[in-house]
Amino acid sequence: MATATMTAKKEKSVLWDWLTTVDHKKLAILYLVAGTLFFVKAGVMALFIRIQLMIPENDFMTGQVFNELITMHGTIMLFLAVTPLIFGFMNFAIPLQIGARDVAFPFINALGFWIFFFGGLLLSVSWFFGGAPDAGWTAYVPLSTREFAGSGMDFYALGLQVSGFGTLISAINFIVTIINMRAPGMTMMRMPLFCWTGLVTSILIVFAFTPLAAGLALLMLDRIFSGQFFLPDMGGNAILWAHIFWIFGHPEVYILVLPAFGIISEVVPAFSHKRLFGYTAMVFATIVIAFLSFMVWVHHMFTIGIGPITNSVFALATMTIAVPTGIKIFNWLFTMWGGKLVFNTAMLCAASFVPTFVLGGITGVMLSMAPVDYLYHDTYFVVAHFHYIIVGGIVFGLLAGLYYWYPKMFGHKLNETLGKIMFWSLYIGFHLTFFIQHILGLIGMQRRVYTYLGGQGFDMMNLVSSIGSFVMGAAIVVLVINIVYSAYTSERITVRDPWDARTLEWSTPTPIPEYNFAQTPQVRSLDPWFYEKVHGDGTMKPAEPMGDIHMPNGSILPFMIGLGLFIWGFGMIMLNMDNPIIPPAIVIGVGFVITFGMMVLHSKEDHGYHIPVDEVKKIEKGVG
Amino acid sequence: MADHIDVAQGLPANPEKATLEGKNKFLGMWVFLGGETVMFATFFGTFLGLRKGTVGGPTAEDLFSLPLVFIMTMILLTSSLTSVLGILAMKRNNFKTLRTCMLLTVLLGFGFVGFEVYEFYHYYHEGLGYTTSAFASSFYTLVGLHGCHVLFGLGWIITLLARYWNAGGVTLANAPKFYSASLYWHFIDVVWVFIFTVVYLLSVGGA
Repeated sequence: MATATMTAKKEKSVLWDWLTTVDHKKLAILYLVAGTLFFVKAGVMALFIRIQLMIPENDFMTGQVFNELITMHGTIMLFLAVTPLIFGFMNFAIPLQIGARDVAFPFINALGFWIFFFGGLLLSVSWFFGGAPDAGWTAYVPLSTREFAGSGMDFYALGLQVSGFGTLISAINFIVTIINMRAPGMTMMRMPLFCWTGLVTSILIVFAFTPLAAGLALLMLDRIFSGQFFLPDMGGNAILWAHIFWIFGHPEVYILVLPAFGIISEVVPAFSHKRLFGYTAMVFATIVIAFLSFMVWVHHMFTIGIGPITNSVFALATMTIAVPTGIKIFNWLFTMWGGKLVFNTAMLCAASFVPTFVLGGITGVMLSMAPVDYLYHDTYFVVAHFHYIIVGGIVFGLLAGLYYWYPKMFGHKLNETLGKIMFWSLYIGFHLTFFIQHILGLIGMQRRVYTYLGGQGFDMMNLVSSIGSFVMGAAIVVLVINIVYSAYTSERITVRDPWDARTLEWSTPTPIPEYNFAQTPQVRSLDPWFYEKVHGDGTMKPAEPMGDIHMPNGSILPFMIGLGLFIWGFGMIMLNMDNPIIPPAIVIGVGFVITFGMMVLHSKEDHGYHIPVDEVKKIEKGVG
Repeated sequence: MADHIDVAQGLPANPEKATLEGKNKFLGMWVFLGGETVMFATFFGTFLGLRKGTVGGPTAEDLFSLPLVFIMTMILLTSSLTSVLGILAMKRNNFKTLRTCMLLTVLLGFGFVGFEVYEFYHYYHEGLGYTTSAFASSFYTLVGLHGCHVLFGLGWIITLLARYWNAGGVTLANAPKFYSASLYWHFIDVVWVFIFTVVYLLSVGGA
């Protein structure tokens, strides 16, 4: 990718290039690779969980291991798999879609990735130091306090703290990028919907990950320095954790699902060959969902006993969310209505997202009714509900995005036959696994319990559910095979726009030069690329003359700061270890010095470099 | 884009926002402070929820002395004033005054931290350890986190001063940096105003 521009600087080794890159397109790939690895890891955990639950009174694993697996499955999927995957797509597509050469803070972009990565690593090494966290991904106190949970919870508190900070600064970067870096003519209401959902998600991250940071700090202080926040005997309050966690936790659902909505809103118009129906209403619905997402957290706590008035208010607020979501669903349907539909893998994933997500939404409204929630609470009905949202919604959205943007990212399409095999096996496997869990929940099977007695009517349904999960696992294997197979056999793409799509990213040459746009494009309409194809001469009008292009320098400092935070976090955890070998204070000190030392080094002014105009012309001729 | 500003005729009126990079830093800093506000709000909420949980240990009324906290408040407010004066000097392209004002801000900031260390030391000897009660933990966490922010801000401004002490003048590259640091410093100050009200006045006033 863009190797030609490297001649302007001295040649770098491949590894050094990737460790120091600040290019949003390369960081996008790093995010996708890291996210996929975590996704596969948490997916394998899910398979182990389903093997354990396949037959009654199974002794495939102990209750302790089961607890660790469900905790890590949830935590990794939400924080370390889906979050980086959406960030990967946001990193790749948003600057291109708004006509920018890079994000607002390329250095912060790299920093966000490496901090997230090392935070994830910190959480993951828990397996080697006394076991993984085991108190559930919600880490409810007092289950997660020093009294009841092992050292795994220290890794949970510190690992998520570090990776959450990376996520936070990346989100700030996206907000500033979208507000300040848009090309001339790209008004807010001409932005592709993916940029809108990216913006709104980033705002949600800024206001939801910060309470999480505070909550995790309380948990960490409670566990490592014997703080007294959660113990009623010492004047503390156990409900406090639940409130703080869900003030973060509910917006988190929308943080993950809104970008998926955005991807669907890109893919559906592209393969219906129609503009998105009700663009303004879609933007409005996105903002309303984000606004409401902060006022519904208590619906996760209906049975905690806060009282009927509070429960009613939050139940009503929760049901309200169905309205903007419904608007979105109908807009996607009307976009497809009467369109020239092309059902390739991307479109299959996007189209199947709609009914699946509706099912998850309907059970969501069922769960929002506080009185009956007492019936559903902590059963497999809840598990089925949120997997319909997360797998049926987010995972299908991400897969649609992967198949859609793959040619732009890697210069070739993914194989369609393998893609369709993947889609159908995933789709069938998914419904097989989770639909039946609604019924399991309704007849009373408890979630979070590592086994069950036979003869209660659970046996057959659990077996079916487990078989479904193996089919899903096979689908992901097919996806991996597809990626490798396509890399060797797929035809190289040399055209700009292999899908006949609508937005600005398809106006760039493939492969995309390091600077994205030789001349910043002038945007004249919503769906600017489509507009120029129909009303113009099929090329974007430049908004500036050809000139030298300013580029930021790569830097190893983001990697080092991430490493420093990892060492610091590990030192903090060592304070609780029985036999730490190295004194924890030294480890903490080393991490601290690396982190802040690198920040001081970063204060040196770095003005980047320029790609001379002749060089730009040469590259443009090469790829044009 | 707007990267090339002609400074031959002197600096533009708002050197911190004249370049795209400066505009980005300006907006990014504000968004970051928005997030920080929510984080502090969570700690304030924790303190408000737990402040009656003294379980027989020292209470707020027993410990807090308003004169000491008043002095601390005045010191921190003054440090905010000096940083404003510094930024005003920066906009007039008066680098020497900027430098002096920021140095004063740092000195006042250290004065504040000194008082806070003394305050915590004093409470500790009155029997309020970190683990004594939920009140103690939430008090030390909220006020201590603010203290850490002050220390981070001090480190930031000192780094800038060390880096640019001999820079010779305000430039379009260093103006956004000083401006962001001063914005952060004001934020710390505002948080302290809330701590003064919610933690100290409310407790001593018997609310």
